[in-house]
Amino acid sequence: MKRRSFLKTAATSTVVPITISGLGLRTYNSTSLLNAIGKRSADGKVLVIIQLNGGNDGLNTVIPLDQYSNLSKARSNVIIEESKVLKLNGWDKTGLHPKMTGIQNLFNDGKVNVVHSIGYPQPDFSHFRATDIWMSASDSNKIVTTGWMGRYLNSKYPNFPTNYPNTIMPDPLAIQIGSLVSLTFMGPTTGMGMAITDPSTFYSLVDNVSPTVPNTPAGEELAFIRLMAQQTNEYADVIKGAAGKGKNLSTKYPTSNGRNNLSEQLKIVAKLIHGGLQTPVYMVSIGGFDTHSNQVDTASTADGDHATLLKSLSDAIEAFQDDLKLLGISDRVVGMTFSEFGRRIQSNGSGGTDHGAGAPLIVFGDAVQPGLIGNNPTIPSTTTVNDNVPMQFDFRQVYATILKDWFELPSADVDSIMGGAFDTLPIFKNSMSNIEDFADLVTQIGMDAIQPNPISNEGVLNFYTDSGGSISLNLYNAQGSRIKTFFSRDFSAGSHTYMANFEDIPNGNYILQLSSRIKSQSQFIQILK
Amino acid sequence: MNRRGFLTMSKTKNLADPTKLKVVRRTNTGLDKYTGTWSKSEVSHLLRRTIYGPKLSEINDFSKLSLSEAISALLDTSSYTFLPPVNNYHNTTPDTNVPYGKTWVNAPVDIYLEESRKISVKSWFWSLPVRQKPTIMEKMIVFWHNHFAIQMLNTPIAAMCYTYVKVLNDYALGNFKTLTQQVTVDPAMLFFLNGRLNTKRAPDENYARELQELFTLGKGPGSKYTEDDVKAAARILTGFSVNPTTTPYSTYFVSANHDTTDKTFSSFYGNKVIKGKSGLSAGTDELKELLDMIFSVDEVSKNICRRLYRYFVYYDIDENAESNVIEPLAKIFRDNNFEMKPVLKALLESEHFYDSWNRSCIIKDPLMHIAGYIRQWEMDFPDEKDYQKMYKLYAFGSYYNAVTQMNLGDPPSVSGWEAYYQVPLFQRSWITSDSLPKRNEFQDYLLWSAYKVEGFSFGVDPWKITKQFANPSDAIKLIEDAISFLLPLNLETNQLESLKEILLPGGIPSYNWTDEYNAATTPSYPNHATALASATVKLKSLYKSIMNLSEYQLA
Repeated sequence: MKRRSFLKTAATSTVVPITISGLGLRTYNSTSLLNAIGKRSADGKVLVIIQLNGGNDGLNTVIPLDQYSNLSKARSNVIIEESKVLKLNGWDKTGLHPKMTGIQNLFNDGKVNVVHSIGYPQPDFSHFRATDIWMSASDSNKIVTTGWMGRYLNSKYPNFPTNYPNTIMPDPLAIQIGSLVSLTFMGPTTGMGMAITDPSTFYSLVDNVSPTVPNTPAGEELAFIRLMAQQTNEYADVIKGAAGKGKNLSTKYPTSNGRNNLSEQLKIVAKLIHGGLQTPVYMVSIGGFDTHSNQVDTASTADGDHATLLKSLSDAIEAFQDDLKLLGISDRVVGMTFSEFGRRIQSNGSGGTDHGAGAPLIVFGDAVQPGLIGNNPTIPSTTTVNDNVPMQFDFRQVYATILKDWFELPSADVDSIMGGAFDTLPIFKNSMSNIEDFADLVTQIGMDAIQPNPISNEGVLNFYTDSGGSISLNLYNAQGSRIKTFFSRDFSAGSHTYMANFEDIPNGNYILQLSSRIKSQSQFIQILK
Repeated sequence: MNRRGFLTMSKTKNLADPTKLKVVRRTNTGLDKYTGTWSKSEVSHLLRRTIYGPKLSEINDFSKLSLSEAISALLDTSSYTFLPPVNNYHNTTPDTNVPYGKTWVNAPVDIYLEESRKISVKSWFWSLPVRQKPTIMEKMIVFWHNHFAIQMLNTPIAAMCYTYVKVLNDYALGNFKTLTQQVTVDPAMLFFLNGRLNTKRAPDENYARELQELFTLGKGPGSKYTEDDVKAAARILTGFSVNPTTTPYSTYFVSANHDTTDKTFSSFYGNKVIKGKSGLSAGTDELKELLDMIFSVDEVSKNICRRLYRYFVYYDIDENAESNVIEPLAKIFRDNNFEMKPVLKALLESEHFYDSWNRSCIIKDPLMHIAGYIRQWEMDFPDEKDYQKMYKLYAFGSYYNAVTQMNLGDPPSVSGWEAYYQVPLFQRSWITSDSLPKRNEFQDYLLWSAYKVEGFSFGVDPWKITKQFANPSDAIKLIEDAISFLLPLNLETNQLESLKEILLPGGIPSYNWTDEYNAATTPSYPNHATALASATVKLKSLYKSIMNLSEYQLA
């Protein structure tokens, strides 16, 4: 039996569990499931990776307002005035840097998800080692010479570049705006990405190619250069074609500050997607985040180098999202920022901050589950120069989520690409289960109604897991944003009882969701004190 | 077969194994002195790796020397003159302190002129390799620039950029430990890595980290310093600052900002304690002890030798190269108290360097490509006194260097250019779908057209080199000589045939080219003008075709 027909049969004969329409919860909603089975709806989906080079200061980007007094003690010379911090609808404990009005608008419009305190165990403080870790998705102490996207693209387009381009994939597998191709796109044997600075002009390469090369290092290098020449020529026409057909419709792009400007880069990306390129991944970058000194202006901490960078980032993303919407392609594009590390909690004497650890990561697009994931980092009342924001989530959880829920890759493949199993996060509205696992949905986990309901401070929840494994319990507000994680850990097979504490939750209606890696179940609850 | 196995089977086998490493058999040769054939081919190999774009005359001159003499000549910088950048900007931004054509590096800081001076120093820096004499000096300055990277555009004062290059020049072939000490307190470096802001009240670890991670120990297997070592080193380096009241800016030590407590290092450094000192020489004294401690670790010498190897031989260092080349070379380095010349001599005279396995496998960096092109075609520059025009040409070259990914003076980060460290691509990262077309565009542009600046045409005269070949009126000999001059590899028959087709289209007999060549080079011939035009096009087509080959990107 062919895999696809098997899945079709199975789909029509399976009862799909709960659907909570309109709440954007992580559910197995029948429409998306059928879409996924009828055609691989990952086709046409695009990920745009925005690299913030240098290590972005997360604590001055996404500001933990409930920690403000401790934070102002730790970094009095760089902290943003509380009154200037931008508000996020529905999230009064967290705000944004005053120059990030673009991201604020998008957030309040439900297009932004921020994951708090992303990092990895044993953080590295060296720029290039940390960058390698992020790009290769390796453990801190392992050297991996392929990139996470390179491995994904290699699994989707095996044997590249042999027999590429072809009718199934006539376009570049990945495009980096710039002249270098990063480790992110490095596959097991070759780079999967292509660098361009201007898609409308390519100087054509003429190489009177000889088919053989000597079996020496010189031969290997020669073969590499020839391959690059050949790929450039083969893809030049499709890229020029897409650039010619594609448009930019947004008027929000800031006026150009030169070609390396982030908004100029994103403009090219929007144009190429609209022009019809099937390329699933783009990467753009903006540098200068290594703000050891002069991060802020002494006269006004809301200005300075970091403010300029965040404004460029925020304005560019807002314009890009606006463009995608006007072009009618915003449903199939999401963007993600990353930086090699955050910065220390304490500022230094130079009006800046030194290399740190955990920092927030921004995902944006129509498809994201709006809101914040995780909690504001806790800032101690007295800090030392060594204090870092501890990680709440591993960056590879974000990658795994993107591969699984956005590119709809089966979890076995995700695990293989990531070199291990990482729990996914509720970043996307329509989180897909693994198609092949859905029979398991019926049996694997379940819970009873919480007692009592309405709840004042505490509730008793009985739940079970057939197979055991990692289970999490989360609380979502009526907008579908996660506001609390009760637990996320391993449980043995069988029934369990949990006393859930709601003391910190204000009155209102909520959704309580129990999730394993492949299934979730939800119930409505009411808090009444 | 169970269902899950069936569903995932076909998909997983293509997935990457992130831990898989490619193993390539290499060579066993080591540092024994090379005793094989010493011909133009070996001389070309040596010069392609050690100077930018060896000229035909330089290859011929070095061919008259023995191997040892050739290495001595490359390392001999006794007649090297280092001329500072000059006021080239007078006509657009007058400088009341510095006459046109005189150097501005000792002039008072003038914020209205800093931008012009910054362009001046960057253009000048780029011109050093282009105007070089045949010694290894310029390759080594760029080596150290990549090693001890700063970014000129972020350096506040242009004169500091000059003094930085001057330090690299002073010690490029001298003592590495002294160079490290000098760079540590260099004003431009104190700015770039915030050393000037590192005080006992607010320690800044930036330089202390890079000193160990990048500049000395590196990140190899034997480098095991700890985060606490970074912090201890930062405390040692507290107090150095930049004095903006001197001309040019200078380094000075503020003893009140120096941490006078003892600094204790980890077991990696044998739990060394560096006693805290006070007074005006405390910083210098503790820095000396710090460097003595760091340099006592063998990994320092190995790290530098690995970097030299990647720069001059090949990026892939396998077990053989590590044990037969890096380790003995590092010992020579240590035994000679970190002097550079003995190490370079041992490497460049070694059988490993001339091993056929290691030839032609360096991908030219953009400077080797662009400066190399300009030197190898012996392109004419304007009159030496026409500084404005000259610097405009330098700025043009520097620009092309930057758009092909190597912005000289402004490496992308403190780690230097990715091609020298980024696993696994290393030098291959120079070649992308963006940079490779631009390299070709640059070649073709100066060959077929010219860069025009104020009436001066900067372009290639194909006859200049053609006439230096032994027998250019013979089409086959001309093609052979051009290939061995321009390419580090031989071509295959089909490639040669298509080149022959350019000079002798349709397979016509070879006397046709001889006749045309003679007419083109003899003004008295009646058909001289038409033959000259026709032969010029043929020569340009020939050279273009050769340089458009991927082989041209190798050295």
